[in-house]
Order: sequence, then C-alpha cells, then structure tokens
Amino acid sequence: MEQYSVFDIIGPCMTGPSSSHTAGAVRLAHVVKHMVGKPITEAHITLYGSFAETGKGHGTDKALIAGLLGLLPDDSRIKHAHELAKEQGLLVLFAYSDEGVAHPNTARIYAIAEDGESTEVVGQSIGGGRIRIIEINGLAVEISGDYPTIIIRYRDKPGVIADVSRVLAQCSVNIAFMRAFRHGKGEDAFICIETDTPVTPEMQSTLLLLCPSIQQLYAV
Amino acid sequence: MDSKIFNSGATLAAYCAEEGLTIAEVMIRREADLREIETEQVLAEMYQALDVMHSSVRKGLTEKVESVSGLSGGEAMRLFQYGNKKSFSGPNTCRAAASAMAVVEVNAAMGRIVAAPTAGASGILPGVLIECGRDKGWTDAQLVQGLFTAGAVGMLFANNATISGAGGGCQAETGVAAAMAAAALVEISGGSPVQALDAAGMTIKNVLGLICDPVAGLVECPCIKRNALGAANAMICADMALAGITSLIPFDEVVTCMYKVGKDIRKEYRETAKGGLATTPTGKAVAARLKRITGSH
Repeated sequence: MEQYSVFDIIGPCMTGPSSSHTAGAVRLAHVVKHMVGKPITEAHITLYGSFAETGKGHGTDKALIAGLLGLLPDDSRIKHAHELAKEQGLLVLFAYSDEGVAHPNTARIYAIAEDGESTEVVGQSIGGGRIRIIEINGLAVEISGDYPTIIIRYRDKPGVIADVSRVLAQCSVNIAFMRAFRHGKGEDAFICIETDTPVTPEMQSTLLLLCPSIQQLYAV
Repeated sequence: MDSKIFNSGATLAAYCAEEGLTIAEVMIRREADLREIETEQVLAEMYQALDVMHSSVRKGLTEKVESVSGLSGGEAMRLFQYGNKKSFSGPNTCRAAASAMAVVEVNAAMGRIVAAPTAGASGILPGVLIECGRDKGWTDAQLVQGLFTAGAVGMLFANNATISGAGGGCQAETGVAAAMAAAALVEISGGSPVQALDAAGMTIKNVLGLICDPVAGLVECPCIKRNALGAANAMICADMALAGITSLIPFDEVVTCMYKVGKDIRKEYRETAKGGLATTPTGKAVAARLKRITGSH
C-alpha cells in the first residue's frame, strides 16, 4: 500500500481549477522536464481518457506546458503558459486519443531537447495531484515522483545493479525502493531507484564514472 | 509507529483507544514518523495550509471573482449576505455553504486554493471549519487539529477506495470532503474517534452514487453548489453523531461500498462530461459556446 502524507490529502496548495487535471498535469510534465535534463524545444503531447475529454476546460494544456517550462503547481503564471512557451521558444502540439488506457487521466509526452535528443514518457494523474510515470522510452516502469528518483539505462548484464547500489551506499544515500526492468535478456534495461535523500549532480558524475555500463542517467 | 494503523477505520479507532489519543494526534505523530521530522514542523505546515484556506475564503467572499469561462463567480457572496437574514437553513449553515462556494469560485478563476482532498471539492473543509470556528469561537490551533482529523479520514478513503471523480464520481470528491469535514467537527467538539468516523460514514451514505457530470468539463457547474451541499451535509452528520446517533453500516464497510459503487458508475458519469447535467440541452449548448471561445488558442 502506498504511504500517503497527510499533505497529499490536505493539499497540494495549488492554482485551480483541478487537482488531477491541472496540478497533477503540471507535476507530470515537471518530472519529464527533469528527466530530459536540458531545455526542451518541442513537445508532442497525446491526451487520453478524461484528459482528452475535459482537459481543455481544466487548463490541462496550460498545466502540461507550464510543467515543461519548470513551473510548479502553485505558480500563478500557469494560466499564461501558452504565452510563456512562445517567449521561451517551446513548441507544443497536442493530440487527443480515444484509445482505451489503464487510467482515465493519461498523457503521453514526447519531448525533444535543444540537442535533438528525444524522450518519451507516459504518465497518469491518479487523483489529488498525485502522479505515476508508467512508461519511459517504450519501457514499462512505475515511479511516483514522491521521492528523489534516479533512472538508469544500461545494457543488461550481471553486476550493474550491484555496482550502482555500492556507489550509492558509499555516497550514504539510502535506497527506499528499487526496481529493474528490461526489454529482453542482454538488451536495454532500466533501474528505477527511489531514494530518501537526493542524488546530487556530483554523485551522478561519480556513478557514471564508476559504473561504465550505464548508458544514461536521469534524475527526477 | 505501525504502518497498519491507517489500514482501516477500525484499526485507527482501536489504536486511538489503546493510546488514549485523538485521531488528529495519531495523524500528527504518524506524519512526523513517516517524514522523520519534528511534530512542530508538521504543525507549522498545516498552519500554512490553514492560512491559504483563510485567504481563499476571504477572497471569494470579498473580491469580484469571475471564472475564465464566465460561468461562475459572485454567488458565494450573495448567499453569505442573504444568510444573515431569515434563511431556512439558518445563518451558520448559509454562511458555511457560502464560504465553501467562495473557495471553489476562486479555484475556477485559476486562483490559489488548498486541494482537500481535490480542487473540485476544496471549499467544503475550509468553509465548514472556518465558519463553524467563528460561530463557536475556536482558535486556529483547534482548526489545525481538525484539519489533521480530516486528513486522516481522507487518507482512509485514499487507501481503501478512491478520492478522484474520474475514479469514483462526485461521491469520491465532494462526498469524501464532506466526510472529512464532519469528522473534524466531531473531534474538535470533543466527540470520540468512533463518533467522528460514524459522522464520516453517515455523510458518505447521504451521497452514495453521486455522479461527476461537470458542464463543459469545467469545475464549476454543478461542483460549486455541490460544495454548498457538502458543507450542510457535513454539519448535519456531525450533529447526528454528537447527538449520539450511530451508523448502522460501519465506516469501513461504507468506504468499501463507495468504492464498489464508484466502479459501477459508467464512465460517462465519471468526470468525462459525457453524461448527466453535462449532456442536458443547456449543458451541451454551454459546452458548444465555450468550445468556440477556448478554441481560439
């Protein structure tokens, strides 16, 4: 069972009108922004279920753009997100899908960074502003965004998980949750690690240095 | 603290009885344990939430608030002023309902509110607590305790059912918010944890099956007025529990029942704006009109 904080229930403090369709959408896109880790110039967003049906009226479009720009759910500038995106050179295109999805508030965000690198994330807004990331670049994952999280992409082979957890231990970072996913044996694999304290940029560099099997590291 | 305490109302009430604590006190301890912080910090964060609640009520009752769609704003102020005259539901109920509406009007205008448990139901808890607090002379410290009671009740719904309209309809949003407020009123008034949970259970029983059918998909009609109903529902159920009336169906069974009913509610009636008031001739006409306005982006 998930461990809710009392401030997940009495909270978040947010800009209206909807915790799931506005605040949750801001958080979702904000996580994507962190995952990409550099300025995003273009995003293609597909909305499903209730996001597609009622997103416009709830400002879900503005919320997702705001999140990609790095705003947080209680920012009063969210209602001007379209104008802010124009100013900052971010192009966002929306599509609406009636395809069946596991959760009614689902968005697929395909983000292109300034260097051309692309990241595709599927996330759900599960109520009260809480979110769940369920897919990264085609791979099924499960991330709440409640804890500092690092996601590591590597070529599947023995010892990588041990290396990574040893480095984190040396950095005195306690692992709260850890899951490994892969496409197939010996293929692309991911580890999602949720930690009690943030993995700082210095620790991330150490990880990349000491674990050469890591192909990519995202911090959320 | 054992994480199983918040598994159900029964385990929570049993723990309260064993330790001689209120629901609010258990909630505060649990939050401090979970996040490994001092209880003073937990309390300080709740004072901040109460501050935002106070300002959202005040803003909605004193300033000219209008939603982006133009569908709502100003009605809370009208009910509040009327409530001081010869109302049927009494000045206190009128003012609590008006305060609840005020917050949701501010929300619809993309203003700052505290989701409790969601934005669409954000008016009930501040409306009821602040207005009843003024009537009874409660301090902010008492209101903060009430917010922890409310948070604990909301958590039981989040753990064992749902608190989203898309997941369980309006019963899961304004219903749960009202249940949270009812429990808070009971506990601030000195009622036992069992009485607080009974009040919460009775509140949900009154709105079981309530669908989420927002006109044009906006958190305005019928959401704002359902917050007014939620405030009144919370107050009458708190009164029933404090009068010694119990709920035949125990709290935990009501929660499970609400979840099952919510799952049975067809998708059209769960925040998709494809049924209910949203698809009445007027609802459809409003949606078509607003589509043209927002389509200009």
